Amino acid sequence: MGDIAGIAAGRLSADELSENFEDMYPPLDPRQAHIEASRCYFCYDAPCMEACPTGIDIPNFIRKIQTGNYRGSAVDILNENIMGGACARVCPTEILCEEACVRTAQESKPVTIGKLQRFATDWLMDKGEQPFERAAETGKHIAVVGAGPAGLSAAHRLSMLGHQVTVYEAKEKAGGLNEYGIAAYKVPHNFAQEEVDFILSLGGIAVEYGKALGRDISLSGLKEDHDAVFFGGGLGAVRSLGLEGEVLQGVYNAVDYIAQLRQSETKTDLAIGRKVVVIGGGNTAIDMAVQAKRLGAEDVTLVYRRGPEAMSATHHEQEYAQINGVTIKHYAKPSKILSSDGVVTGMAFEYTAVDADGRMNGTGETFTVQANMIFKAIGQVFVPDPVTESAACLDVREGRIVVDDTKATSVPGIYAGGDCILGGEDLTVTAVQDGKLAAHAIDEYLKG
Amino acid sequence: MADLSYDFIGIKTPNPFWLASAPPTDKEINVVRAFEAGWGGVVWKTLGEDPPVVNVSSRYGAINYNGQRMAGLNNIELITDRPLDVNLEEITRVKKNWPDRAIIVSLMVPCEEEPWRKILARVAETGADGVELNFGCPHGMSERGMGSAVGQVPEYVEMVAAWCKKHTDMSVIVKLTPNITDVRMSARAAVRGGADAVSLINTINSIVNIDLDIMAPTPTVDGKGAHGGYCGPAVKPIALNMVAEIARDPECQNIPISGIGGISNWRDAAEFISLGCGTVQVCTAAMHHGFKIVDDMKTGLSNWMDSKGYKSIDDFRGLASGNVTDWNQLNMNYDVKALIDQDKCIKCGLCHIACEDTSHQAITAGRVKGDRHYEVVDQECVGCNLCALVCPVDECISMVQVDNGKPYMNWNQDPRNPHRSAAE
Repeated sequence: MGDIAGIAAGRLSADELSENFEDMYPPLDPRQAHIEASRCYFCYDAPCMEACPTGIDIPNFIRKIQTGNYRGSAVDILNENIMGGACARVCPTEILCEEACVRTAQESKPVTIGKLQRFATDWLMDKGEQPFERAAETGKHIAVVGAGPAGLSAAHRLSMLGHQVTVYEAKEKAGGLNEYGIAAYKVPHNFAQEEVDFILSLGGIAVEYGKALGRDISLSGLKEDHDAVFFGGGLGAVRSLGLEGEVLQGVYNAVDYIAQLRQSETKTDLAIGRKVVVIGGGNTAIDMAVQAKRLGAEDVTLVYRRGPEAMSATHHEQEYAQINGVTIKHYAKPSKILSSDGVVTGMAFEYTAVDADGRMNGTGETFTVQANMIFKAIGQVFVPDPVTESAACLDVREGRIVVDDTKATSVPGIYAGGDCILGGEDLTVTAVQDGKLAAHAIDEYLKG
Repeated sequence: MADLSYDFIGIKTPNPFWLASAPPTDKEINVVRAFEAGWGGVVWKTLGEDPPVVNVSSRYGAINYNGQRMAGLNNIELITDRPLDVNLEEITRVKKNWPDRAIIVSLMVPCEEEPWRKILARVAETGADGVELNFGCPHGMSERGMGSAVGQVPEYVEMVAAWCKKHTDMSVIVKLTPNITDVRMSARAAVRGGADAVSLINTINSIVNIDLDIMAPTPTVDGKGAHGGYCGPAVKPIALNMVAEIARDPECQNIPISGIGGISNWRDAAEFISLGCGTVQVCTAAMHHGFKIVDDMKTGLSNWMDSKGYKSIDDFRGLASGNVTDWNQLNMNYDVKALIDQDKCIKCGLCHIACEDTSHQAITAGRVKGDRHYEVVDQECVGCNLCALVCPVDECISMVQVDNGKPYMNWNQDPRNPHRSAAE
């Protein structure tokens, strides 16, 4: 992006930037962890476990923290969720395990399960130990497409089961959204790559970078050369607003900007506008708005067309944006990109209302927000082309791959998981679970 | 407002809260600070013969529970390690400056009459209100034939108590060791020896932890540890039982009791007093939080007494001891069943798993419209209380009495008892 009016890098000093992109929440020290762990009631048939997409035995891992059995605790977590470290940081626990925690019902103050999970997994990863071992070699070779959470999870479990795995990744680094898509302060200190290294330290997994499906490799080719294929590709395209001027200087895709931000070590090279508008209601929108603020933007306005409860970002995330100085405007939809001499100057919005049938309509009233930068974060879509080639055409519905309970696609020997599948929840934790389930299903499939 | 003052065997104290003979009462500076904070009295840390003992470095160990420090404390410190003259001079001065407070001097000398006679004469000159015979310390001094080595032999307890009564006009309190099988034996011996009161419990023989890295007990002195004396909140139940046993023993003849053992707040104190104690002695709680805790003890006890209409300590002292009985006197026809308040239930399932795994399979775990639901099976419930104890929600599980219309019947009368007395 060019250095245009109102957009500049280095609005804050290097020290301020480094502080702003530090850990969102400091880790628990052992004493804090013990006290927090002692708040867990060790419920029978614990509601938190049921709420965890990967089914971690939460009371058991918490009890092990309490007794100082940190290794046992971490192994419990990682055995169900090899990206337990990332999930401890990025899971929306407030709508998963911590919402289900009986202490939420009792006193609106759940056990901070996510922080405890981080305590245990950090302890193990800091030891530099890979706690799992590979089973005897099966002689089978499985291709995994995409080195995001789903792909890495599948790869790790497949390797544990004794299979050789080659992961094909289009980008230069593995980790998927953990590396490119999540707010920097949620996974600081190069955590995503440390986790990738940790997963790969099991052995039996080769990663080929710069290999994109449909460009360098094909599904049918992979199927040909391997005993099975797991597809864990992400959402490759961004929805557009459908307004004139989306190509103007000053209009950006939030995901692209965040990817760039994540790859910047110091954040001093990132140009940000004085006045920023973010369109959308999901985690990407929140992450973008907060990071814009933390880069030094003066005014950040997040605009969403419906009410707070309809946002896919959790209440907790919305609140986090607000305490970071982001203004959230609900019930307004973009109507026009305002510009002068080909440069964005603001955005016009129309107020909306939701009728009795839940339909959202414009009210005709409008307002404008000044902006040097407009970020679009209104959702991403799966690009099905590479998985629908005639030689290996997966069943795709509503723009996503159809799978069964075992994550098997319509083509025998090809499995899929993560954001690309129908019913995918756009959560790291569900992607990890998909990969794990698929790995076991592939193992069964290969045993015939 | 309730009157907290008390006359304990002729020793007047403005409130029943005394500091026990222990590190907090070793020196004038500590005792003055305690009196400034409002403590009713102190039992000065045990004096012995000169030359004074020598203490080791690294003296205390503790049990932490769920992040809570010092649920139990263990101590291998001996009696005072300061010269007798220094202590006596300080006691004299403190008593002179604080005439309204109780000062009792703890003593421990070899088990011969002459040393006791000599030290009692010296203590009498200080103006102290009484002496407490330390027959309790389980560590160090017992190896030298003192402390619990005396307290564990009722004949010695009686003999030394009698010497003390013979050689002094001061009140004599015998401090009892819990490191025996039946505390009544030593209490009865104290009564026979003419003691004015007993105080209990002293600390319990203990190894509080093993350091698994160096494979030695804590506190560790250069790689080794010795058993010490256990005290703090963890020992309160043991102390309460021993107090109750003495309070209801006819042979103990209602000997006045100063209660000791894990007393940390006014409620603990009220429990000891309800079993018959006239004063209570505190140590670990003060060592944990400082002397200021006495403020809550005094106001808490006073407010509670007001709420119950008790005007003085004697108004409720001993009210509970009559309700401590032998098992064979309990009513076999009394029947309670657990009742779960479903509106308060937070679905933790602890009542179910406790009953299912370890008791009587009397609480079912099911789902109602997808929600966890726990229900008591009355026919299976024996009324053991376990579910109500594990339930983390106050008043969610109550134990409700079944009105079965049956009269009182104890085990001696119960036809199911093959050894029941023929009196029926």
